[in-house]
Amino acid sequence: MKITTEAGERHVLAITVDNEAGVLAKITGLFTARGYNIESLTVADITADHALSRITIVTSGPPPIIDQIIAQLDRLVPVHKVVDLTDAGEAHVEREIALVKVAGTGDKRIEALRMADVFRAKVVDTTLTSFIFEITGTSDKVDRFIALMRECGLVEVGRTGVVAIARGPEAL
Amino acid sequence: MTEMSGADMVVQALVDLGVDTVFGYPGGAVLPIYDALFNHPTIKHILVRHEQAATHAAEGYARSTGKPGVVLVTSGPGATNAVTGITDALLDSIPMVVLTGQVPTTLIGTDAFQECDTVGITRHCTKHNYLVMDPDRLGPIMHEAFHIATHGRPGPVVIDIPKNVQVATGTYSVPEFIQHNSYRPQVEPDADAIAEAIDMIAAAERPVFYTGGGVINAGPDASAALRQLVSLTGAPITSTLMGLGAFPSDDPKWLGMLGMHGTYEANMAMNRADLIIAVGARFDDRVTGRLDAFAPEAKKIHIDIDRSSINKIVPVDLAIVGDAGRALDALIATWSDKGHKARDLGEWWRRVDGWRATRCLDFPEKKEPGADIMPQRAVKALFEATRGRDPIITTEVGQHQMWAAQHFGFSAPNRWLTSGGLGTMGYGFPAAVGAQIANPGRLVICIAGEASLQMNIQEMGTVSQYRLPVKIFILNNEWMGMVRQWQELTYESRYSNSYSDSLPDFVKLAEAYGWTGLRIDTLGELEDGIATMIETPGPVIVDCRVAKLANCFPMIPSGAAHTDMILQPNDIVGTMDDEAKALV
Repeated sequence: MKITTEAGERHVLAITVDNEAGVLAKITGLFTARGYNIESLTVADITADHALSRITIVTSGPPPIIDQIIAQLDRLVPVHKVVDLTDAGEAHVEREIALVKVAGTGDKRIEALRMADVFRAKVVDTTLTSFIFEITGTSDKVDRFIALMRECGLVEVGRTGVVAIARGPEAL
Repeated sequence: MTEMSGADMVVQALVDLGVDTVFGYPGGAVLPIYDALFNHPTIKHILVRHEQAATHAAEGYARSTGKPGVVLVTSGPGATNAVTGITDALLDSIPMVVLTGQVPTTLIGTDAFQECDTVGITRHCTKHNYLVMDPDRLGPIMHEAFHIATHGRPGPVVIDIPKNVQVATGTYSVPEFIQHNSYRPQVEPDADAIAEAIDMIAAAERPVFYTGGGVINAGPDASAALRQLVSLTGAPITSTLMGLGAFPSDDPKWLGMLGMHGTYEANMAMNRADLIIAVGARFDDRVTGRLDAFAPEAKKIHIDIDRSSINKIVPVDLAIVGDAGRALDALIATWSDKGHKARDLGEWWRRVDGWRATRCLDFPEKKEPGADIMPQRAVKALFEATRGRDPIITTEVGQHQMWAAQHFGFSAPNRWLTSGGLGTMGYGFPAAVGAQIANPGRLVICIAGEASLQMNIQEMGTVSQYRLPVKIFILNNEWMGMVRQWQELTYESRYSNSYSDSLPDFVKLAEAYGWTGLRIDTLGELEDGIATMIETPGPVIVDCRVAKLANCFPMIPSGAAHTDMILQPNDIVGTMDDEAKALV
C-alpha cells in the first residue's frame, strides 16, 4: 500500500489574535494536529495597547483543505479574524526581508555587489572579505537573489517569512 | 467587588454560576480550594477514585441534565489522568469545566513535584484553556470559561490555577454580561438559507433526515421541534449514535441508527436519497462509510453550529450555520409560512419498507430455557423490563455498546450516554455515577462489557460511599468482543490479546464493595434476573453471561459503501486488502 498526498495551491492567510501566552502554540499546534502545511509564519503585536497580534501564515493545500484551515482557525477562542488574502477580492502585497551573508574576495566579491545593486539589496555590513546584504521583496525575488549569491560565496541566510496586506483603502 | 483568596473566589464563582456538584480528587496543589469547599452548604463534592472517572462522571452529569459538568483535580498526575475524559468531552461536544491545581507560579518550569505543563498538554484537547497567574483574573476567567464551555458548540475548558494564586488575595468580580471579545459563535441561522432549505425539502422525492448529538445539545425543545418538522414533511429519519433519543424509536418514521452498525434501511435510505437534511451531525467516518460511495444521488443540507464541520468530510449543497433548535424552529415556521403540505412520499416509503423487510436486526437464537443468552436478547429484555421507567442508559465501548444502540429504544433526549467520538472504554460506569448524582430518583443502568468495565471499576467505591443505586448490566462474553470481531474479519481469526483472561468473580466483587451481585447464566434466568436487578435497592452488578462468540451485525466493514453491508455472520469473507486494513 502507498500513502499518497494531494497537491495544493499556495494561500496567504492574515489572522488577528489576542496577544496572549499560548496563542501561537495553539495555532501552530492546530496545523500539526490536522496535518496542514506551514510554508512560513510571522507574528508580531500590532496595536498600541498590545492587545492584538497579527499572524501571517503561508500555507498550501487543495481548496477544500484551505477552507477547512480557515474554519478551524476561525473557531479558536482567541482568534478574532481570519482572511485569505489569496482569495480576497483585491490583490494583496507580500513582502519578505532576507539578510544574506556572502564571503569572498576578488571578482566574486565585485560580482556579488553588482548583482545586489540590480536587486536593490542594501549592504548593511562589510569586512574585507564579506558582505551582508539586506533584500526586501516577494519570496520569489528573495529566492532568485539567494540562488545567484550561491554562485558568489553565499555562507548564511536569514529570512523573516512573509508579511502581507490587502491592497485598497479597507482594513482587515 | 470583594477581596478574598483565590480559592474562595473559585468557590464563590461556582456558587454564582449555579454549580451544585463538583467531581474531583484532592492533592497538594488544590488543597486551598478543597479547604474552601470544606462543609460547603450548597456545593456537593463527589470524591471519585481516579481522576479519569471524575471527567466521565462530569460528562454523565452534563449529558443527562444539559448543564455543564465540573471537575476539580490536582496538578501533575491529577491533570494528566483527566486528559482522556477531557478529550472525550471535546469529541462529543459535552460542556465541561475542569479546574486543575498547578505548582506555584514561582516554581513553574522548574520540574517541581507534581508539575506538568497542563495548559500545554490540554491545549489541543480542550475548547479553550487558561493558566491563571493573577488572582484578580480568577473571577472573570471562571465566568468566561463557563460561557465558552456552554455556548456555541459545547466543549471542555480547563482552568489551571497555581497554588499561590489560590492562596493570594485579590478582588473577585462578576462580569454582568459576557460578550467575549473574539468568541461569538453564530447561533441564529441565516433566513435566506432556511428558505432555500425549505424549498429543497418541499421539492425532494426521496428526503431523509440525518440527525446527531447537536440536536441533543440544543436542548429538549430542539428534539420537540425535530419531531414536528419530521411530521410536517413526512420524511424518514435516522440518527447517529450520539443523536439517539432526539426522535422516538417507536415512531414509524424512525429508521434506526445509521452507519457502521446502523440498520440496513437507514443506510440504504441515505444511499438512495435525493436529499439529506443533516442536523447537528458531522459526517463522521463511522457514519459515511466509503466516501466516494456516500449518498451519491443526494443533495445535502447541513445544519451545524460549528462552521468547521461543514464541508470537512462531505461537500454539501447548502450550509446553515446555527443552533440546531433555532434552525429547526425556523424551518418549521418557514414551512408553514410558505404553505407547504407534506408531499406524497408513498413511492419512497415503499422502498424504505422494502429494506425494512430484511429485518436486519434479527439474530439467530435458541429459545429453550437452558440456552445461551444472545447479547441482543439481553438488551431487548432489559429494554422491555424498563419500559415506562424512563431509565438513563450509559454504555462502555464495544460490541455491547452497538447492541444497546441497536436494540434499546429511546423516546426522549438525555437518556442515552455513550462515548461516540473518542470511543473511550471506561466511560460508561463513571458516566452512570454522574447521571445518578444528577438524577437521584431515576433508574440509571450502565450496559457494560466485562473488558471495558474493568477500565474504571474502582468507581464501585464511589458508588458505595454516596449510596448511589446504579445498576451495572454486564454482557459478559469473556472477550474484547469488538476487537475479536475485527480480528475475525481482517486477520483470519488470529485472536491476538483479545481474550478477557483472569476475570474477577463479579458477584463476589459486588459483595466486597457492599453491593448486590447477581449472575444470569441461561435464557430462562434472564427476565427474573433483570427484574431482581431493578427491584433491588442500592447498587447492583449483574454478570449476565452471554453467547461468547456472537458478533455485531449488520456491519459496514471499514472502507466499504453503505450498500455493502454484512447482514449476517455467514456473509463474512475473512480477509481484507491493505487499503481496508489501514482504516480504523
